[in-house]
Amino acid sequence: MLTCRELFEFLHDYLARDLSLAQRASFELHLTVCKHCREYLATYKKTIDLTCAACEPDDDVPEDVPEDLVQAILNARRSK
Amino acid sequence: MNAPSEAILVEQLRAGSDEAFESLVREHGGVMLATARRVLGQDADAQDAVQDAFVQAFRKIDTFHGESKLRTWLHRITVNASLMKLRSSRSRPAVSIDELLPQFLEDGHRTVGEKRWSDPGLVAAERSETRAIVREMIDCLPDDYREVVLLRDVEQLDTKETADFLGVGLAVVKTRLHRARQALRTLLARRFAGVTGC
Repeated sequence: MLTCRELFEFLHDYLARDLSLAQRASFELHLTVCKHCREYLATYKKTIDLTCAACEPDDDVPEDVPEDLVQAILNARRSK
Repeated sequence: MNAPSEAILVEQLRAGSDEAFESLVREHGGVMLATARRVLGQDADAQDAVQDAFVQAFRKIDTFHGESKLRTWLHRITVNASLMKLRSSRSRPAVSIDELLPQFLEDGHRTVGEKRWSDPGLVAAERSETRAIVREMIDCLPDDYREVVLLRDVEQLDTKETADFLGVGLAVVKTRLHRARQALRTLLARRFAGVTGC
């Protein structure tokens, strides 16, 4: 059976679904018996979700570009 | 003013039309600003990056041959400008990535268990507060790792696109992303446990 270290090495490929069927079975067998790795996997996935959500623009950010930025860009182009 | 078709707009830009450039800024500026905000976090830095991106786009318009949409071409320039800004405006020293990776016993098993994150401290946190914490922790990562996280997990580029952007191989992107996610997980676990700083 995989050790925890070996499972961690496969973690990225497991989530990317890049493991072979045999590798995936070994990975999941380890998870069934290792509470530490199950909990680590849960927080690893949570990290990815939080990263994605944290960098979405706030709901109140307007889609239109602010007028002062438009003018700054137009001036920057003229001065180049 | 009605927006001209993309091909006509590009021709006008090549001819140096002020009106076409303003049209480009008004049509694409909002989306580009949103992209820069995702990468940089700070609004002032994002506005600077968008300004730089438009100046570069105008200079390089002769290199746009229509293989991709103008919007895609501008997105790439914006991400590049944002990454340049990111590197030049680091507000704190980066952490050592190795110290944040999981530790194992000699037999390859874990030394410690993990605390679940579904505890009240995280669930009760305001969404905006959590977002600010995550952003702060991303900014603790060394540049090579921060950039991969931002391109893959924030901008949602695939591994090939990210590799092309950074000029590295696919295996390097995969390794850096995995290590960056592990380090970020450790930083977040510490912060959710009440430890401040990186």
